[in-house]
Order: sequence, then structure tokens, then C-alpha cells
Amino acid sequence: MSRIRLLPLGSADRDMVAALRPALEADFDAVAEVGEIDLDLDQFLDPRRLQYNSTALINHLQGRYASIGGMRGDSPSLLAVVDEDLFIPILTYVFGEAQLGGRVAVVSYHRLQNERYGLPRDQGRLFERLHKEAVHELGHVFGLLHCPARECAMHISTYVEDIDMKPAALCPSCRRQLATLARA
Amino acid sequence: MKKSDTGILIVDDELIVRESLTKWFREDGFRVDAAENAAAALRKLQGGGWTLMLVDIKMPGMDGIELLQRVREIDKSITVIIITAFASVDTAVKALKEGAYDYITKPIDPDYLDHLIEKALKQHELLQENQQLRDRVSEMATDTEIVGESAEMTKVMDLVRTVAATDTTVMIRGESGTGKELVARAIHNQSARKYFPLVTVNCGAMTETLLESELFGHERGAFTGAQYRRKGKVEAADGGTLFLDEIGNIDTKTQMDLLRVIETKQFTRVGGSDIVHSDFRIICATNRDLERAVKEGTFREDLYYRLNVFTIELPPLRARRGDIAKLAHFFVEKYALAMSKKVTGFTPEAMYALKAYDWPGNVRELENAIERAMVVTCGPMVEREHLPLQATSGTTSEGKRLDDVEQRHIERILKETGWNISRSAAILDIDRVTLYHKIEKYGLKREP
Repeated sequence: MSRIRLLPLGSADRDMVAALRPALEADFDAVAEVGEIDLDLDQFLDPRRLQYNSTALINHLQGRYASIGGMRGDSPSLLAVVDEDLFIPILTYVFGEAQLGGRVAVVSYHRLQNERYGLPRDQGRLFERLHKEAVHELGHVFGLLHCPARECAMHISTYVEDIDMKPAALCPSCRRQLATLARA
Repeated sequence: MKKSDTGILIVDDELIVRESLTKWFREDGFRVDAAENAAAALRKLQGGGWTLMLVDIKMPGMDGIELLQRVREIDKSITVIIITAFASVDTAVKALKEGAYDYITKPIDPDYLDHLIEKALKQHELLQENQQLRDRVSEMATDTEIVGESAEMTKVMDLVRTVAATDTTVMIRGESGTGKELVARAIHNQSARKYFPLVTVNCGAMTETLLESELFGHERGAFTGAQYRRKGKVEAADGGTLFLDEIGNIDTKTQMDLLRVIETKQFTRVGGSDIVHSDFRIICATNRDLERAVKEGTFREDLYYRLNVFTIELPPLRARRGDIAKLAHFFVEKYALAMSKKVTGFTPEAMYALKAYDWPGNVRELENAIERAMVVTCGPMVEREHLPLQATSGTTSEGKRLDDVEQRHIERILKETGWNISRSAAILDIDRVTLYHKIEKYGLKREP
């Protein structure tokens, strides 16, 4: 059975991250836990862009995780959750980033909030979006690629509207692939 | 094309850009590789299998534009997208002029990148499909039914190849049935206009007004029965070739109209005033003596010089007897297939008769003769009696042609009248000028 450790970082809403735990356990038939680490996210801030470098954050987490033996085969996969706006250097923004077939992923709900688009605050909708993106990034960690099916959490989303259109669940094909990858 | 079969090569001197984009495309399932400079990219290109390249414009050594030029020389099918740090119109124009599909500015909006790659790959796929279809069309188009290995036909085919590569007006001359239309088709099919129509107008088969309407089209109500606007053949040939068969038979008014449209490439439809433009190449054919028609004033001299730029003379079949056997076998195969008959060739007697006959109707007559023979042949071979040839065929045909008969008849009348031209012309029911032409044509001389 897979193990997932959720890490709320910076000002991330701890209650919302805690609510993700049972959802992800069901999605991946895994055991999930919520952890805490002391980490100043400002070191990943790009002062020109006023955004946080997700690749640098992932690399940092991997380094720290490895130093405490977190990269062993039976160690949990790590999903950091942040409220900060993430980017990778070539792109204007990302909702999240993951090590494909690796151990660490990060997801941000900064751009998933209705308020950013001039709409009324909607915590229910926000949680749904975060849940879908958490499944998507963890899917990459478990080795899944983007899925052409719109009815799959692994379908690529570059706008919140795309996220709203897809479910939090994996399609049967990705689910089969996930089982195969888990056995391997 | 499956994403895993689609190779994307990222060329950027910044490691972080290479890593970010590689990761982005890998998550999408593409086959991705990266190169830190143009030289490394060119080495990777040697292995082949690349569909798309994302190339940073500013790199040490060879820059992105120069790399793009090199890529276009190596493999035109690779779609190249230029990445630039600053949006500059000059850079964009230069990149697009050099054949880049598009350019993107760093940092890239992920949604834009996603859609751009999707669009670029779709276009790549369409271009590949288009190229395959063009190759197929070219293959089919060059497969014409011109059969012949004689020196005369080899020379004709050499001329066809030479002139096809140009946009020059061609005049094809030859007796009826020698295959003038096939040669016109061969020129069109080997020319750059082959993807556009070859429009044939049989000028000899139409009256003056019908030909005018056929060539230039007409507006609604232009004449009784013109209920709709109709495009003419000249308009239909836009981009392609207009083949004017039996050009020597057109009336003087149409000659004038045709001269104007050849010179200006524009015209008006019958009953209309709008100017219509058409870009076409002219190939014409005739079995008439146009030079004589010009002398006689029945064919405009200026039009003659416009049309008679590059002439291809088709030899009559009797002048290339070496091709008769090959043509005959070609037609046997053609009709055996069409009629589902297992006829494979000719008896020696039948072949001898075919070779000995003069074929005044040329290849068309030969084809008709073999089609008829194939209808009546029951065995595996066409026999002599199946061929609808004159009883005298197989022996010399000297003196059997219409010209020979005419020559002998004129000679006889001239003798009877003591070479009185007026009386002879009256008996022959032709005018004196025509009689003089015929005397000159047959080289007749009054015996001392």
C-alpha cells in the first residue's frame, strides 16, 4: 500500500490540508498523514517575479528528505501544499510541480481561489480544485503521464476552468496503469 | 501520431529552461531531448526522428536564427518554434521569414504553450499528409499513356520534359490521332501547375458564339437560355493549363478575344462588364497548316506568333513503325483488363499486318482496331482476321491515302484542261488560290 505525507508549508490552510488526507487515501488506496516542517519559503521567492520557484522548492525538499532517509523504497511520497504563487523559470505560473516517477511534489492553491478572478469566495470549490490538482501531481509522482481523456484527473489543466471540467478521479486506463506501476 | 512517437528537441543554453521544458513535455508523454547549443542540436538532428524543435534565439556561438536556417536545409519537415526573451517585431519577422512556425516570449504562458504545441503538431501532421498525397498525385500524374520507344517519340518526350518545367506556350502539331491531347496532359502533369486543372476546349467542335461563351463564360441573361451565370473555361483554368485543341478552326472574332486574354490574362464574361483575372498556361494543338492559314488571312498572324513559341511535332504512326508492336500490346492489355478476357498477344500474321498497315488515323485508329479485335477474339491471341484492316493492308499502301488520291485527281484534271488553272479550278469546285496551293503542295509540274 502506498504512503503519502502531506506537508502544509508557509501560510497554507492546515484544516484544508487535513481534509485532503482521507480523500487522497481513497483516491490512491494509500495511507496518508499530515506532517509539519519548519521552512522559510522566502528563500524560493523571485523578487522580480514576486513568485516562488517550485523547482527550487522541490529540490530543497528532496535534499532534506533524503538526509533523513526519506528516499527509501518504503518511505512515503511527499506532497507539499502552499498558498504561494508558483512558477518554473520558463513558464509564467504553474498550479503545481512533481518529480515524474520520483518522490516529491508541490501544489499551490494560490490561483485556485475564486477571488483571484473577481468571483465570490467559495471554499467548497477551492477544496475541489486543490483535491484535483493534488491527485494530478501525486499521479505524476507515481509515474502517470498526462491523460488525453477529459474525464480524468491526469488531463492537463492550464486554467482553473480546465480543472473545474475534470473530475478528481482517475480514468479506468490511468487506474490500470497506476496498478501496473505500483506492482513494478 | 502518438505522443511517444513525437520527438521534441529543446535547444537553450540555460540549463533551467532545458530542464523545465523537458519535464513539462515528458509529463505530456512526448519523447524529449535537449541540447545546450546549436552544435549539440545539429549532432542530435543527425539521428533523425524529430518532429518539433524549440530553439532559443540568443545562444553563444551559432544563434537560434542561424540554427533555424541550418535545420531548414537539413530537414524541412521539422517544425521550429523560436523562444525569445523579449518580444521584438524584428526578431519575430526574421524568424518567421526563415521558416519558423511561430515564436514565443519567455516566460511562456502554460496555456499558450500547450495550445501552440497542439496546433504546431496538427499542422505538421497535415503537412506530412499533404506531402504524401502530392507524391501520390505526382506518381499518378506522370503515369500517362504515352507509349513508344522509337527515336522520334524519345525526342518528343525529351521536349515534353524540357518545356514542362517552364511556363512557355506550347503548340503541338501532328496528324489526327497522333496523341496531341496526351502530350498536352503529359506537359501539364509534369509542370508546376499540375495541382490545378487542365481544361480542354475543343475549338473545332463549336460555333462562334458557343465557343465564346464556352471560353469566357456568361452572365445571367446574356442570351436566351442563359438562366445562370456560368464560368468559362479560361476562368476554370486559373492556376492550371488551358488546352486549346484544333486551334486552327477558331473564327476571327474569337481569335481576337483570345489574343487579348493571352496578353492581359483578363477578360469579361459574355454579357458582363466585370473584369475577371485568370492565371493560366496555354497549350494548343492543330493538324492544320497554320502558316498557310496566316498567309491566306484566315488566322491572325499576331495570335500565331503568340501561340507558336515552342512547337512539338508529333510523328505519324507510319513514321515510327517500331512503336506499333509496343502500342498494340499496350492496348491488348488495356482491353483485356476492361473486357475481362485472357488475350495475351497477337499471332505472327496479325502482328505482320499491324506493322505493314499505314495507319492514316494513327494511334487512335490502332486503338480502335484493337478494341474491335478484342471484342471478336475468343482465343488467347488476336488473329489476322480479327483486325478490321483494309484487304490491301499487309502489302504496300502506297497511293491509298486521301492526299494521294487528291494529287492524282488534280493531276488528271490539269492534264485534261492543258493546265488551264481557271477551268481546272471550276471543274474541281475550288478557287484558283486553293488550286495553286495544292499544285505547290504536291509539287505538280506541267510536263513539257
